Amino acid sequence: MHRDDFVRQLSSPGGDRRPSRVLHIDIPLLLLLLVLCGIGLTVLYSASGQSIFYVKRQATFMLAGLFAMLVMAQFKPRFWERGSTLIYLGGLLSLVAVLFFGVGAKGAQRWLDMGFTRFQPSELMKIAVPMMVSAYLSKRYLPPRFKHVFVATLATLLPVFLVARQPDLGTSLIIFSSGFFAIFLSGLGKRYLVATVLIAVAAIPTLWFYVLLDYQKQRVLTLLNPGEDKLGAGWNIIQSTTAIGSGGWSGKGWTQGTQSQLNFLPESHTDFIIAVLAEEFGLIGVLSLLLVYLLLIGRCMVIALNAHTIFSRLVAGTLSLTFFVYIFVNMGMVSGILPVVGAPLPFISYGGSAIVTLFSGFGILMAISTEPKRI
Amino acid sequence: MLVLASLPLFVAVKIAQLQVMPSEEHGAEFLQTQGDARAIRTETIPGHRGLITDRNGQPLAVSTPVTTLIANPKRVNEQAQVDDLAKLAKALNISLVQLQSRLERYRNKSFMYLARQLPSIEADRILDLRIPGVFGRQEYKRFYPAGEVTAQLVGFTDINDAGQEGMELAYNAILAGEPGAKKVVKDLAGRVIKDISLVKPANHGSTLRLSIDLRVQYAAYRALKASVQRHQAKSGSVIVLDVHTGEVLAMANQPSFNPNDRSNLRVDSVRNRSVIDMMEPGSTAKPFTILAALESGKFKPETIIDTSPGYLKVAYKTFIDPRDYGDLDLIGILNKSSQVGTTKLALALNPDNTRELFERMGFGEGIGSGFPGETAGNLPAYRKWDPVTQATYAFGYGFSASPLQLARAYSILANDGLRREVSMTAIDEYQDESVRVINADIVKTVRQMLETAASDQGTGRRALIDGYSVGGKTGTARKLKATGGYDENRHMSLFAGLSPINNPRLVTVVVIDEPNEDTYAGGLVAAPVFSEVTGSALRLLQVTPDAMSAERNIVSLPTTLAKRGGL
Repeated sequence: MHRDDFVRQLSSPGGDRRPSRVLHIDIPLLLLLLVLCGIGLTVLYSASGQSIFYVKRQATFMLAGLFAMLVMAQFKPRFWERGSTLIYLGGLLSLVAVLFFGVGAKGAQRWLDMGFTRFQPSELMKIAVPMMVSAYLSKRYLPPRFKHVFVATLATLLPVFLVARQPDLGTSLIIFSSGFFAIFLSGLGKRYLVATVLIAVAAIPTLWFYVLLDYQKQRVLTLLNPGEDKLGAGWNIIQSTTAIGSGGWSGKGWTQGTQSQLNFLPESHTDFIIAVLAEEFGLIGVLSLLLVYLLLIGRCMVIALNAHTIFSRLVAGTLSLTFFVYIFVNMGMVSGILPVVGAPLPFISYGGSAIVTLFSGFGILMAISTEPKRI
Repeated sequence: MLVLASLPLFVAVKIAQLQVMPSEEHGAEFLQTQGDARAIRTETIPGHRGLITDRNGQPLAVSTPVTTLIANPKRVNEQAQVDDLAKLAKALNISLVQLQSRLERYRNKSFMYLARQLPSIEADRILDLRIPGVFGRQEYKRFYPAGEVTAQLVGFTDINDAGQEGMELAYNAILAGEPGAKKVVKDLAGRVIKDISLVKPANHGSTLRLSIDLRVQYAAYRALKASVQRHQAKSGSVIVLDVHTGEVLAMANQPSFNPNDRSNLRVDSVRNRSVIDMMEPGSTAKPFTILAALESGKFKPETIIDTSPGYLKVAYKTFIDPRDYGDLDLIGILNKSSQVGTTKLALALNPDNTRELFERMGFGEGIGSGFPGETAGNLPAYRKWDPVTQATYAFGYGFSASPLQLARAYSILANDGLRREVSMTAIDEYQDESVRVINADIVKTVRQMLETAASDQGTGRRALIDGYSVGGKTGTARKLKATGGYDENRHMSLFAGLSPINNPRLVTVVVIDEPNEDTYAGGLVAAPVFSEVTGSALRLLQVTPDAMSAERNIVSLPTTLAKRGGL
């Protein structure tokens, strides 16, 4: 850690002395996040079967996340740039450890038991991969050469593969897109993009026959024809589209949704929570939530455009695009566009690790947004 | 970047399509209906069966709410833990292995019975275990408060609440309830969250009021059972008829069964013998032969018939009296129940007329009660008769009737020759539709003869009732052998009678089948039952006593008065 990180913070040399600047808080970002948390807790109360227990726990996670965000924001982007490789390697190591010592639920090994708490390394990688790739590429000539693209791709695919093995398809997809966006934003030529698409298409049979597990294949098949096994594989998606569909324009009212309240909708308080929102608040509710998300992403884009260093730009751009993917993987899955992969809806779905990770990501964005210009 | 930017639009359009775009194949309208279809169910409201009561409203068959436990084996197999199943098995009182094998057998089904018709308290205890896939359904179970006393008459229902036997079957259409329907919101576990609307109210069945008076029925059953046991008889029946309206006040049978627990049910105890079984009435038919004799005009009550030497040979058969009675008038023939005398009467009469009179008395003609299995008896046509048949006919062999038919025939004697149809259901407002079938004076004469027959001079003296005058006739019929001919050792002991003699209110028929060989005569076996049952019934119905016996103070009152009056 460099000495001047602290010097800067302790004695900001003149300039802006507003409290938000001193605490490294981006006010629009914070407000949008708080709005999302509010919506999240409201929907969660209904989705969990009016359980104040879940709401309290989620609120606690949110407070912890806010705290983590504020801590992350206090470090200069250059600190993250230098530390990224170390964090990445630590994350990779713990992912390997999960393979051997991991604990989990529902047939997946995702956690490391730390004694006092459980730690999910794949969550860490959601931030470590974009930082690491951004840091690596920002030191090279841009647009990057093939060699550098290759190294960056490898650094992305390694954790993606490990997480997919857990198996956790949703998270590995997020990690993959975060690495991909970092490389893409560093200025990839058109031929690389075309090549990527071609490789992806070519890889589909291989993925289908060698990589995807049976239940994962089943989910893809289910997407194509949910009616085939209504009570088994198709159940989730049929119930969720039914919930969304029965909401209509303005919904059935808070805590009045029959699909969600009467236990027809599975995972109603986690991955499928948007269906509860859609059933109870209708199209108006869904579009309002979408608007808040888009405003948030817009604010992140502004931060990326205003960033002072290449690393900051890359990280900010990557994190906001990943957040974007995060949202639409979930919404696409629940509305029946994408296969069912376990991906929570940011700030709305119940789940501690994801919330803390998300806030941490926004902490880095705040650090970037409040970085003073170099003289 | 364009691809990315179009993503939110894509999702928004898809969701909008699901939510508000109508008439797409899987669009909003379809899904809204689907959402309702999942949660809103139509539940049946069970309509319970109507009550069966006696004439005074005492319940004879009631429907009590019970809970049937059903399961969705698919869900139980998928969602229930092993210790859940262990708890369930224990509560159902079966072994875990048994339960599991049953669930295995129905694994592809979504419905099976776990236990039918449990008391609600017990079922609630099991439902409180909250085992996934286990539900309760409300049903009604029949309960018969009078148990074995009215068992064959009332009958019973099967487990699906449909009438199987007796009045439960005969009046099923009236008694059966019709289930209603209501709309409810149910959750995934099938629990009712709330009622929305009533589609159709449940129609409970109507009450059926039987003609029997449970108090008389109890008295009849008690006396019959005691007698059947004392004489080690095979079976028995008692019928008490109110002659004013034709209503059956009691109809008891032995052996009987407990309709509330039919696990050890024996087929022969289910039959309502009073209505279903045919028997040869034996000597109890003799009063009708006397009627025929008097109606013919060839005989008068005091006409003397010589019954010496105590036997009479007709064609291939010899009819024998217990001893030589010598000269007997018609009263004597009835009192002594003389075979020789009756035969001489019968042979002197036109058989066609005799048969026609029997027909008027209702023999060979059904009751029309609608009771399942009711018999019409058997009255052979005249052309088949030879002189022996003509003679046996006169004392009640060669044709057959049910005990209820015999009671109906005696009610004609009680009603001065008016025939009234018999009813097994209570009559609210009696409309007299009786038909005169024979001259009243002749009937009154025969009734007087019956009084002597049931007196110290006749075979039926054990039929006497304290306080009431009685008329009646005993019968001891040999039973037909399966191989043909009559069995020397198997008898049917009968008594048919009426009381009080001058203004009869009740006709009672007692049939005791195969009492043991030591005591089998109608006068010894059936007559005491008649006395006990009819006496109880008259007192219960508060019929004014008309015959106070001499040793009673109240009867000696006129004498005292006479003395005071200085007579």
